[in-house]
Amino acid sequence: MENIPGTNILDEVTQGDYKFGFYTDIENDTAPRGLTEDTIRFISAKKEEPEWMLASRLKAFRHWLTLKEPEWAHVHYPAINYQNIIYYAAPKKKEYASLDEIDPELLETFNKLGISLDEQKKLTGVAVDAVIDSVSVKTTFQDTLGKHGVIFCSFSEAVRNHPELIQKYMGSVVPYTDNYFAALNSAVFSDGSFCFIPKGVRCPLELSTYFRINAANTGQFERTLIVAEDSSYVSYMEGCTAPMRDENQLHAAIVEIVAMDDAEVKYSTVQNWYPGDKNGLGGVYNFVTKRGLCKGRNSKISWTQVETGSAITWKYPSCVLMGDNSVGEFYSVAVTNHYQQADTGTKMIHIGKNTRSTIISKGISAGKSNNSYRGLVKILPAAANSRNFSQCDSLLLGDRCGAHTFPYIQARNETSIVEHEATTSKISEDQLFYCKQRGIDTEKAIGLIVNGYAKEVLNKLPMEFAVEAQKLLAITLEGSVG
Amino acid sequence: MNNEHLVQEISLDEMLVNQFDTQFELISANDIEAVTALRKEAMTQFMTTGFPSSSDEKWRNTEIEAFTEENFQYYLTPMEPERDIEDMFRCEVHNFDTEIISLLNGWCADKKPGLKTLPNGIVYGSLRQAMQYFPEIVARNYGKIADFRSNGFVSINTAMVQDGVFIYVPDGVEAEKTLQMIKMIDRRESLFVQSRNLIVLGKNSKLSLMHCDDSINHFKSLINTVTEVFIGENAHFELYKLQNLNNQSGLVNSTFIRQEANSTVKTNTLTFNCGMIRNNITVDLQGENAHADVLGLYLMDKKQHIDNQIYINHNAPHCSSNEKFKGILDDEASAVFNGYIHVARNAQKTNAYQNNNNILLKPTATINTMPFLEIYADDVKCSHGATIGQLDQEAMFYMRSRGISSSNARLLLMYAFAADIINQISIEPLRQRIDDMVKKRLRGELSVCEKCVLHCGMPEKEYHFDIDLSKL
Repeated sequence: MENIPGTNILDEVTQGDYKFGFYTDIENDTAPRGLTEDTIRFISAKKEEPEWMLASRLKAFRHWLTLKEPEWAHVHYPAINYQNIIYYAAPKKKEYASLDEIDPELLETFNKLGISLDEQKKLTGVAVDAVIDSVSVKTTFQDTLGKHGVIFCSFSEAVRNHPELIQKYMGSVVPYTDNYFAALNSAVFSDGSFCFIPKGVRCPLELSTYFRINAANTGQFERTLIVAEDSSYVSYMEGCTAPMRDENQLHAAIVEIVAMDDAEVKYSTVQNWYPGDKNGLGGVYNFVTKRGLCKGRNSKISWTQVETGSAITWKYPSCVLMGDNSVGEFYSVAVTNHYQQADTGTKMIHIGKNTRSTIISKGISAGKSNNSYRGLVKILPAAANSRNFSQCDSLLLGDRCGAHTFPYIQARNETSIVEHEATTSKISEDQLFYCKQRGIDTEKAIGLIVNGYAKEVLNKLPMEFAVEAQKLLAITLEGSVG
Repeated sequence: MNNEHLVQEISLDEMLVNQFDTQFELISANDIEAVTALRKEAMTQFMTTGFPSSSDEKWRNTEIEAFTEENFQYYLTPMEPERDIEDMFRCEVHNFDTEIISLLNGWCADKKPGLKTLPNGIVYGSLRQAMQYFPEIVARNYGKIADFRSNGFVSINTAMVQDGVFIYVPDGVEAEKTLQMIKMIDRRESLFVQSRNLIVLGKNSKLSLMHCDDSINHFKSLINTVTEVFIGENAHFELYKLQNLNNQSGLVNSTFIRQEANSTVKTNTLTFNCGMIRNNITVDLQGENAHADVLGLYLMDKKQHIDNQIYINHNAPHCSSNEKFKGILDDEASAVFNGYIHVARNAQKTNAYQNNNNILLKPTATINTMPFLEIYADDVKCSHGATIGQLDQEAMFYMRSRGISSSNARLLLMYAFAADIINQISIEPLRQRIDDMVKKRLRGELSVCEKCVLHCGMPEKEYHFDIDLSKL
């Protein structure tokens, strides 16, 4: 292999560095290290939360203490010391009325990330809620959204201003008893986004949240809740980055989506947390619980994700298809490099009649990484005529990486049809030869082939994100971004 | 005669541990040294893990507690047969001449000598005897691939098993006749039965083996079999497993196969009837250019449960494997399929295929399928698929419009679905017989056979559906 010119390019392209690894010096308001009931009371008091919120946090915390960290995922990491994490870190100055008041350092951070919180966004038509170190710092376009009755604000604002909605929907899709990390999040979450689309409204803007971990030793625990009432539509995007640090940082988030009759929610993620360096040092542990509930008839939830970051990804965006004729979709591209480990996939739980789900998953592993697809398709007895199609492909770049597929298919209804197929392959010599013969160099050819391979998923992303994702994918392979 | 067994009231695992402690001399009476040493290690392992339970990830979908928490008898000496052995094991597959090895309740039941040597050098018979006459072959292979740490059933088998089948095919020998292992359970009480098989194929040899598990009466039993198969370079091995036990019985079958270079293996697991079956099949492709076909068919109804766990480990380059399991589930039957293809770092140019197709006939039937791939090499071709569905409505319509009754059309479609696996049986008389059995099974006429599974009531007559095929 070594002698063939051009094959070393694979090593080169898979050894790039992380571009978003800067650290912004912002004064922080932090909780003391460690996790006790006092920590939770501290967080709750800092956020001036009502009593019921604190009670629900404490209930989750007490439940968390009875749980054991799950071990079934195909990932390996040293045990996490939950007492050595700072559970709350907020940029000190809060409550900005206008952009001028925002810490210039913070603005600089967002400029570096390429998200401008100012009016420029009007041109792109995207409303942004930016969350830095667990606290929402700025939400744009409130007025425009307000006109349509759309609520888009930080989670803590929602707790203050719309307690009835939060009480009604929080934990209705991912209860605190769901799993270890969901319980932890329910106890210590500091902020996040809340989005409510009223009946019959088609949200005029793409909504977007940007998450960034900045302070050292902190964990980020945000929560997103999206409620789409009857016949509404919203497209929601989420992006994330973190500075380069030697220690591992924990990110345990919860995303809940509720879609009522005829509603449609499209949720897109470009996940680019710091993946650790070439030797596997540092990086974010990304343990996320994402779930959507198709509660009403004819509702639809679609997850699209591009996963390029994180040292460890443990993430299964799921759809519970409860309403008759509801539709669940999952499109995913997961790229792992160096020593990254990803165990990601989806769960499609068919409960209602005539429910349909589609799963398209593309895994790309390079370097010494391990990339696993793990997905559940469950057809319950009531889900007559339900239909699932799953396709999971893996692409291996290099001979030190691993690509794994772990599908779980459970059918309890004789009228349903479930199909699953998967392939594992490497970039074919023929394709490379074809490109090179036509004057395309190896690096570009690989980029071309990988992009073509992931196209099915990239096409599902909203325009703004598609461009970013395509670039990210290309950069990953060029060697300038990890 | 049955003074060895202890009074029931304690749980199965406690009873076995007790027996091990108090009767160790009897258990290890016929052992060679290596086997005795393994017993102790395996027991230590069993005492820490016990039997698996449905809270273990690998046993999640099988309620094994329904058996491990039952009261069973476990005998440490062979029992007197309750009926005529000759009659019980007479096999009547037409035009199909086999060498029969019979086991009754886990013990070799053949009249003396317990070990036969054919003119071409093939040895077969009781494992107990083999330890005496071929200690070096047994010592070299016994327990080498059946890792007693893999689960509680293998540990307790390694610790306490006393008999089973030994087959040795010397280098360069091709067996003329198919060997047939008939394992019968016949006892008017609930039994826990263990047996251990050791099969060694030399270089350039060839063997086909039938492994029939049957029960005669309707008493509950739990059977725990461990089979180790070593296949030398360029050797060819075929294994047909026929499983036809009563609805009360549980069968845990762990088969470990190791293949050297250029060898081929074909296993075909045909499950017709049993209360609960767990088949663990592990194939290690150790040498280059080895090929394994791992096939299976299960036709389950009532409250039966089948759990197939198939591990195929590609440890050497240029190997290929083809794994295909098909099942039809009726009534409240449930099935689990968990395929596992593992491609090691150096196993480049691997070609692996895995497929599981299921048909559900009733809303109460359940299927869990988990086709897993774990791949560490980049120059490989691996694919898998799984489907769950029902009979093709258009094909139904086609047949109905040509005057075929709906029940017959259904049968024909189910048969066509199953034929894919049956047609891969390379021994023609056996294929025909199994073909007939499947047809009978699909019509619900085949339950627990009176005698050997291959008697099938009317052995002389070929079985046809009442369909005028000229209409199609």
